[in-house]
Amino acid sequence: MTRYVLQRFAGMIAVMFVVVTVVFVIVRIAPGDPASVMLGPDATAQDVASLRARLGLDRPLVVQYVLFLGQLARGDLGESIFLNRPVLSALADRAEPTFFLTIFSLLIASVIAIPVGIYSAYRRGSLFDQATTTLAMLAASIPSFWLGLLLIQFFAVRLGVLPVSGYGGPGASLATRLGHLVLPAVALGVVSSALILRFTRASMLDVLGDDYIRTARSKGMGEFRVVMKHAFKNALIPILTVLGLTAALLVSGAVVTETVFGLPGVGSLVVSAVLRRDYPVIQGALLVVAALYVIINFLIDMLYLAVDPRVRY
Amino acid sequence: MAAVSAPAIEAGPGLLRQLLRRRTVMIGLVVLCAVALLALLAPWISPFSPSRLSIANRLKPPGPVYWFGTDEFGRDGFTRTLYAGRLSLLVGVSVVAFACVVGVTLGLVAGFFRRLDTPIARVIDAMMAFPDILLAIALVAALGPSLATVIVALGIVYAPRLARVVRASTLVIRELPYVEAARALGVPTWRILTRHVLRNLVSPILVQGTFIFAYAMLAEAGLSFLGVGVSPEVPTWGTMIAAGRQYVGQADWMTLFPGIAIVLSVLSLQLVGDGLRDLLDPRLRKDL
Repeated sequence: MTRYVLQRFAGMIAVMFVVVTVVFVIVRIAPGDPASVMLGPDATAQDVASLRARLGLDRPLVVQYVLFLGQLARGDLGESIFLNRPVLSALADRAEPTFFLTIFSLLIASVIAIPVGIYSAYRRGSLFDQATTTLAMLAASIPSFWLGLLLIQFFAVRLGVLPVSGYGGPGASLATRLGHLVLPAVALGVVSSALILRFTRASMLDVLGDDYIRTARSKGMGEFRVVMKHAFKNALIPILTVLGLTAALLVSGAVVTETVFGLPGVGSLVVSAVLRRDYPVIQGALLVVAALYVIINFLIDMLYLAVDPRVRY
Repeated sequence: MAAVSAPAIEAGPGLLRQLLRRRTVMIGLVVLCAVALLALLAPWISPFSPSRLSIANRLKPPGPVYWFGTDEFGRDGFTRTLYAGRLSLLVGVSVVAFACVVGVTLGLVAGFFRRLDTPIARVIDAMMAFPDILLAIALVAALGPSLATVIVALGIVYAPRLARVVRASTLVIRELPYVEAARALGVPTWRILTRHVLRNLVSPILVQGTFIFAYAMLAEAGLSFLGVGVSPEVPTWGTMIAAGRQYVGQADWMTLFPGIAIVLSVLSLQLVGDGLRDLLDPRLRKDL
């Protein structure tokens, strides 16, 4: 077990190291000088030189890389050019809507997809199975921002039952803030449910044909118990994996969905940073999101230990 | 080994015949061909020019003259939806081509040459740690927004997916007796790679390529919608939806039709990709 944990941990560190290097390279592949691009055509040579010095761009690439690693080791993601504040605190300020949006979307997606996926597999080839499989494919083909707009048109504009956009304004209560997340979470959750549904169905199909399921049935065990206790428990590993994957995909979907619903989250911060060429913010957001993905994957690997005793040995 | 020793269907005329026997694939192909034809023939079948302004006819609802209504400048929605399809399909095809060149090369090299496997596999893992839209946004921000950079950015985003699949298959094929025999006969490595390995990778590449086509169309629409892709004046389904966002509740058709076009295209690609995967992956075939 210790070997398994150490192997996964070493793998996570190695991937994180490459992630950091990729982020470092992305900002430096910009054609021309990033400082000139950030300041725009009206900037004086002195302004450009001073920004280059501030960002460390005037040093050799290797030195820049070493400094970048040192900076990250201290938990410093640099400073936003336009917000004039540390990137980490700018991201932390915007984290709440993105965090809740991701959690709610994942909940909605799981509540729809897991039971439907289990039943689809159980009734393989039935009308229900065919209909849900087709619907899952349809859901995976819908851009979340477009579904978001349709939901706004119907629930917010036509029926007027839910807020159109924003996060309730400064000082809004938690309930008001969460109320603003209903439509975006539904938009993201429905679209993401497709992947979870297909994985749940496929992994259930894999185990439902196994010998121990036949044995359980032949012992006269009830169908619900056979499916939930014997089959679902053994199908859980791929489902957990896809839940982790979906969480990471939801962060990506949140970038676009937050823009549709005017949510002041990390996604909208990134989009405004791109439009203003605020490279430190883009770099910081990329690092944080990729690190989250790698950490979630590591945690899922650790969860395997609890779910599947075979992994422990 | 099991995947290789099982009878696989080769990509070719036989495959097309088998594919067409499946109802969902048939529907997907028909819709995809219809979308592609409408987009390609846009200059001949669209009733107006995509840039023709008519302030007197701004925000007209769908009707006999303007089938998909008009936008805030009185431009015809049907015409612009057709023209936007040209660009969306172009982006999809180009991203698949780019991802194929980069991804297949990386996957082949990683899978075939043991020494290069670990570093390339780590880079692939790291690239896949970035959510696709976020990585594409960062790349477009670094390279500057344009149609070409959107294609390159999305190509870079999706190449690792292809590389992973190609690497996994190459690892299996590398150990097969006919590759060993080719090596023993002194066949040059590049020839083994192209003639013996790559030819057996056509099926997984075809399946992944179809899905990448679909994802790229979705991602391009997302980038255009956010205003970080192509210029807002260029008609793509994403920019059309972005423009219609300002008129939600007032001119819903502005977002409705380009959205339906995206859904139909992506859905048809997924139907075809799914059918291809079921047919080409022996483990998924029901007849085995």
